[in-house]
Amino acid sequence: MARIWIRGGRVLDPASERDELADVLIEDGRIAAVGTLGDTTGAEVIDARGCWVAPGFVDLHVHLREPGQEYKEDIASGGRCGVAGGFTALACMANTQPVNDDPAVTEYILDRARQESPARVYPVAAATRGQAGEVMTEMVALVEAGVVAFSDDGKTIMDSGVMRRVLEYSGLVRVPVITHAEDRTLVRDGVVNEGPVSTRLGLPGNPAVAEVVHVARDIMLAELTGAHLHVAHVSTAGAVALIRAARERGVHVTAEVTPHHLTLTDEATLGYDTNTKMAPPLRSQADVDACRAGLADGTIDAIATDHAPHAVHEKDVEFTAAPPGVIGLETAVPVTLDLVRAGQLAPLEWVRRLSTNPARIIHRPGGSLAVGAPADVTVIDPERRWIYDPAKGFSKSRNSPWIGREMIGRALYTIVGGTLVYDAERGVLAP
Amino acid sequence: MMGRDLLGIEDLERSELERILETALRMEEVGRRDVKKVPTLRGRTIVNLFFEPSTRTRTSFEIAGKRLSADVVNFSPSSSSLTKAESILDTAMTLDAMDPDAVVVRHKVAGVPKRIADALQAPVINAGDGAHEHPTQALLDLFTVWQEKGRIDGLTVTIVGDVLHSRVARSNVYAFSKLGAEVRLAAPPTMLPPGIESLGVKSFHSLREALEGADVVMLLRIQQERLTGCYFPSIREYAANFGLDRRKLRFAKDDAIVMHPGPINRGVEISHDLADHRPSVILDQVRNGVAVRMAVLYLFAGRAPRDAARREG
Repeated sequence: MARIWIRGGRVLDPASERDELADVLIEDGRIAAVGTLGDTTGAEVIDARGCWVAPGFVDLHVHLREPGQEYKEDIASGGRCGVAGGFTALACMANTQPVNDDPAVTEYILDRARQESPARVYPVAAATRGQAGEVMTEMVALVEAGVVAFSDDGKTIMDSGVMRRVLEYSGLVRVPVITHAEDRTLVRDGVVNEGPVSTRLGLPGNPAVAEVVHVARDIMLAELTGAHLHVAHVSTAGAVALIRAARERGVHVTAEVTPHHLTLTDEATLGYDTNTKMAPPLRSQADVDACRAGLADGTIDAIATDHAPHAVHEKDVEFTAAPPGVIGLETAVPVTLDLVRAGQLAPLEWVRRLSTNPARIIHRPGGSLAVGAPADVTVIDPERRWIYDPAKGFSKSRNSPWIGREMIGRALYTIVGGTLVYDAERGVLAP
Repeated sequence: MMGRDLLGIEDLERSELERILETALRMEEVGRRDVKKVPTLRGRTIVNLFFEPSTRTRTSFEIAGKRLSADVVNFSPSSSSLTKAESILDTAMTLDAMDPDAVVVRHKVAGVPKRIADALQAPVINAGDGAHEHPTQALLDLFTVWQEKGRIDGLTVTIVGDVLHSRVARSNVYAFSKLGAEVRLAAPPTMLPPGIESLGVKSFHSLREALEGADVVMLLRIQQERLTGCYFPSIREYAANFGLDRRKLRFAKDDAIVMHPGPINRGVEISHDLADHRPSVILDQVRNGVAVRMAVLYLFAGRAPRDAARREG
């Protein structure tokens, strides 16, 4: 296998707390040396001067839409989006058609990923059959097949007794249960954050308390059962406060936040653009501030995109009828670098929340540049300016709130298992 | 002056509101003639695109257009069959290809007129979208108050009822505030939209307090289906606390007028005798609606013939 010599970059390796200018040598799919290199004969050279060299990013929350909705995205196109955005591994949600609630579906996804995806793919299985919230899935068999977590995602488990048993039973397999925390009886028909913006738009409001109430319930159940609860896409100040308090008293709860909930408020919705319709919805400035503070102080462990492709014809309808969600893999780096530029996250901490922490949450290798670790590496130019146009990207869909915006920062090279799979100049190179 | 479309009062300047009212005054005179027709919009085509049924507003726009000699076409696809058959934008663009001079849009979902306006060459006039705006209703309410009181500036206007679900309330909040009136809202807490104070209005849970010193009392229609959404317990309790009758009206100014966008629920938001007699001006509102819509069609549909380049893709 080829040797790759990444020269002269700023190496950011949270696993070893390393933040210094150094070379990285990759050999036989693994990190061979960092710092002073020995023999580099025959190595392909990547000039990383002015760039950051980080362990590959791990996205805990994407929708790859395969099987069943390949017109929106598939494992190949989603994987290409991932590596083009600096991600070397993607955890894909179970709401495919059929739902990933059976080892056969998991095996299909992994098989397709091996053939088609330049990024590693880690399936998340449904917590209940058909995401119906009634009968739990075969967790042991699914973990043996390769799933890394369980979640009914947007089909939030409203029955507290079922959620309690799911958390309890997950102790058998020791993988996280991910909650999309929204109390549906409070959300009702709400489509935008309840408050001055929903009032001005005249659209039904989805109150912040719908998330807060549900996070509170799930934390209590995690505390009762001792299970690992992971809270998906935190969007409210109230949820951040609850998670912070729970962690302080030792509850096993981790959390993620999306680039859009870190940088956009509900005011982005004022033009009725359905590319600003998310679940949970974009919130107030106070909520955004709390999410940023929570990410900075470690209450929120990870940045996850919730990459949710939808076709143009599905989004180009009445606001209430449009499916929620936006694509985000190719814009996550520049959008979240905003926190670094604002002085809220040191570069090393930013990398930790994109690689080391998410890898740890799902117990997968990655997030480390230690000698001998699998060579999943991302090279970022934090200053690169470019205009985002989804038509020039790798997704089959275009539902982004950042179309036409100037982006600062970009993944230049992405290496998965020692193979250069993405080069910003040449595009996706493999498979 | 003015944008191409009339999507909401929120977008309008005070001077634009005044210009519409002054134009409506001239149109009102046309309505009092023996021959209620002028050639102003001869050769122009106006499409009433009503995705939500509304006999009253559609008829008002139709009469307004005909008094200006425009050709008025009504197109009323039902929303439910439309979602299956054809997208809203496809329907609107199909009509647009027939070169209308204005498209009047009503839809049950907020924001649809804006989406249509972004896609069409023709000017779009919002005839009511969800709980967002109903600008011509607010304009006719302004016009009616202006005729009754001779001014808007300095008046106190109290809006009573289901503000949460009301596009009429939102448009009137903007309209009367922009022209210098104080706007108050009175409703049970479940029917006041969160953050409504950010629009510069005062909210009351007591009808009596909200009526003190009011020059104008505007009642909103209560919809029976809000019972199931758990917004209020019963028609009886609503009527007892927020329904207006002559006794409660005494808390307002002696010369206060009573308005309602219709259709009215007699005995619920308004007592029977109050609905039919002064100081109620409900039928004047309907009459003025035609004049105001003539003004709006004149100002928005009567411009130079369309120029295909003016609205970019």
